[in-house]
Amino acid sequence: MTSELRGLLADTVTRLFTDLVSKELIESAERGVWPDKLWRALEEGGLTLPLVPESGGGAGGTWLDAHVVVRAAGQHAAPVPLAETIVASALLVGAGLEVPLGPLTLAPVRADETLTLARAGESVRLRGTATRVPWGAAAGHVVALGDIDGRAMIALVPRDTARTTPDRNLALEPRDTLIFDDAPALAAAPAAAGVNADTLRLYGALVRSAQMAGAIESLLQQSVRYATERRQFGRPIGNFQAIQHNLAVLASHAAAASVAAERAFAAADSGNLAFHVAVAKIRAGEAAGIAAGLAHQVHGAIGFTYEHSLHFATRRLWSWRAEFGGESHWSVELGRHVTARGADQLWPDLTAR
Amino acid sequence: MSVFQFDLTELPPEAEALRAEVREFLREELGTTPASRRAASWSGYDPEFSRKVGARGWIGLTWPKRYGGHERTFLERYVVLEEMLAAGAPVGAHWIADRQSGPLLLRFGTEAQRQRFLPAITRGELAFAIGMSEPDSGSDLASIRTRAQRADGGYVVNGTKVWTSNAHRSDYAIALFRTTVVPDKKHEGLSQFLVDLKTPGIMIRPIIDLAGEHHFNEVVFQDAFVPEDMRVGGEGDGWKQVTTELAFERSGPERYLSSVALVMELIREVSRRPTERGISAVGRVVAHMATLRQMSLSVAGMLQAGANPNLEAALVKDVGTGFEQEIPEIVHAVLGVEPTVDTGGELEQTMGYLVQRAPSFSLRGGTREVLRGIIARGLGLR
Repeated sequence: MTSELRGLLADTVTRLFTDLVSKELIESAERGVWPDKLWRALEEGGLTLPLVPESGGGAGGTWLDAHVVVRAAGQHAAPVPLAETIVASALLVGAGLEVPLGPLTLAPVRADETLTLARAGESVRLRGTATRVPWGAAAGHVVALGDIDGRAMIALVPRDTARTTPDRNLALEPRDTLIFDDAPALAAAPAAAGVNADTLRLYGALVRSAQMAGAIESLLQQSVRYATERRQFGRPIGNFQAIQHNLAVLASHAAAASVAAERAFAAADSGNLAFHVAVAKIRAGEAAGIAAGLAHQVHGAIGFTYEHSLHFATRRLWSWRAEFGGESHWSVELGRHVTARGADQLWPDLTAR
Repeated sequence: MSVFQFDLTELPPEAEALRAEVREFLREELGTTPASRRAASWSGYDPEFSRKVGARGWIGLTWPKRYGGHERTFLERYVVLEEMLAAGAPVGAHWIADRQSGPLLLRFGTEAQRQRFLPAITRGELAFAIGMSEPDSGSDLASIRTRAQRADGGYVVNGTKVWTSNAHRSDYAIALFRTTVVPDKKHEGLSQFLVDLKTPGIMIRPIIDLAGEHHFNEVVFQDAFVPEDMRVGGEGDGWKQVTTELAFERSGPERYLSSVALVMELIREVSRRPTERGISAVGRVVAHMATLRQMSLSVAGMLQAGANPNLEAALVKDVGTGFEQEIPEIVHAVLGVEPTVDTGGELEQTMGYLVQRAPSFSLRGGTREVLRGIIARGLGLR
């Protein structure tokens, strides 16, 4: 997709989310109601499977195309597993498997958990417990990563084969526990080359970085609007230099997070993914903490209420920055890589990517 | 849609080919120059080096060939700049002319001025200083008072400029003077001039910085005569001129790479004696650095596309200088080395140099506060 077409895609996605993701919708999702109409609209708009070839029912696009959708979903706090479905479907495609309709999720998402795949006659069965699975109970299917005989395998498993225990993140997005007890896979195949136990977290961190960039953009827009509307001492608070400078700092973190996230999606298309995902998750995660603090500061007490919608973004940011590895995890990953390469290799590496 | 636009920019193959040439050149020229010397970056001043860079055709890279330029792209220029800075090359003797003075003349100068100055700049033979700030005019630049009054064949200048970097070793300065006093309209009546720094009536006095180094000067004009044909553009166009080129001045890699020599020493030390804390700090620093490079490159891409990314440039400079200043803090927190001046290893001396330079990073070229004001204006807050 050319960048002009991506601009059109961004307009389409923004319109869809603006129309359908209301405050009431997010609130009802927080009470556990599945936003069926939103999900159907996304599917009908062909937005849930950007990376699946057209022959497989998808949009046949790139990760940079997917970036537009994922970022917008983060910006509008869309309460659906869109990012998860995009990653899960890409893994299925990479393994040569067909992609079912409906919301998808991935497991395992935590570094300290593994799932066991085993052949049982013709079929492959899945065993083990995965916690904090995003939208685990809401998904139609789970895309699981395991290995058979040391070879990374992707398995597609109907979610209802798992016992589920509900759990949530700060934004009350489902983060469920799924227990698989020799659950039969609908299909399984060796994963694409290069996929290993870390791959789910890598792609998870990739999409969270773009969701964070979108949510930070939302904080910026809400904060600027509030600063021009709210009056104190006889003038809009945005007239005060102290507020202006806070918003300038917020804007700079929004920009940095956006650039880092988009660059990582470009790397998902062209290579060096691990480096750029680490950069993006670190930078967007740091921006998330600072931006959330500044947005709340600008909003004063009203932004601290459930009634105001600022928290839809800030609570997501506080969770997302930790999901799929926080800044501390990725800083160590990236730091190990850089120090192993050595100081003199930093600049050539930085400019080669 | 976001107020700020940072599209991903990819460098074309010719830019990468040029990168390899520049790298090879720098390897030969800089050899084993120690980190503490490389840390001077664009404050490093070496006319002989600048001539060599000019001979390679890397000054005035984007300018028309008829003025000695090479008609290459802004992205190729970007690559030359970032390679020079990353290596800590002493580019100070041609930096200002290449970045500001030359582009100003290309845009607003007369044909005679271009022919006279630009080819010598591209050869690395003509060094420029910038005469803007005055004792009573810093961030409030439009309040300058140095007067250029009409005289036979030109102007007579009286007043004082300060913080004029390298005035003592430059050939010319591009200086902003007040040609007309327009009451209550401080942005009007300003004009820029090409000033030969050897002109009688100009006195250049050193201002020694806190580290004992001489970069700054006070430049006093006492009835100094500047010929009419050394005025840049029309009378009263000065303010428009100084604000036009800000994106070029503010978004370049020099706004985030000033501490790169210390980043390298940090990595060297942590590689040698790895600690979890050190490794984690390196990861974070590299994440910031990689992001800033993309942001800076993105502005270069917009310049290449003919856009005017002044806001984005202000933002890159604000974030970039914050990053540069944080590096000595991080090194202090992680390694706890004592900064030194003339003893100790490269790490200690580079630290000693940069910890003393760092305060200037968010002052030069527009203070942090001025930049944040510009960003706030871009957000619609003023």
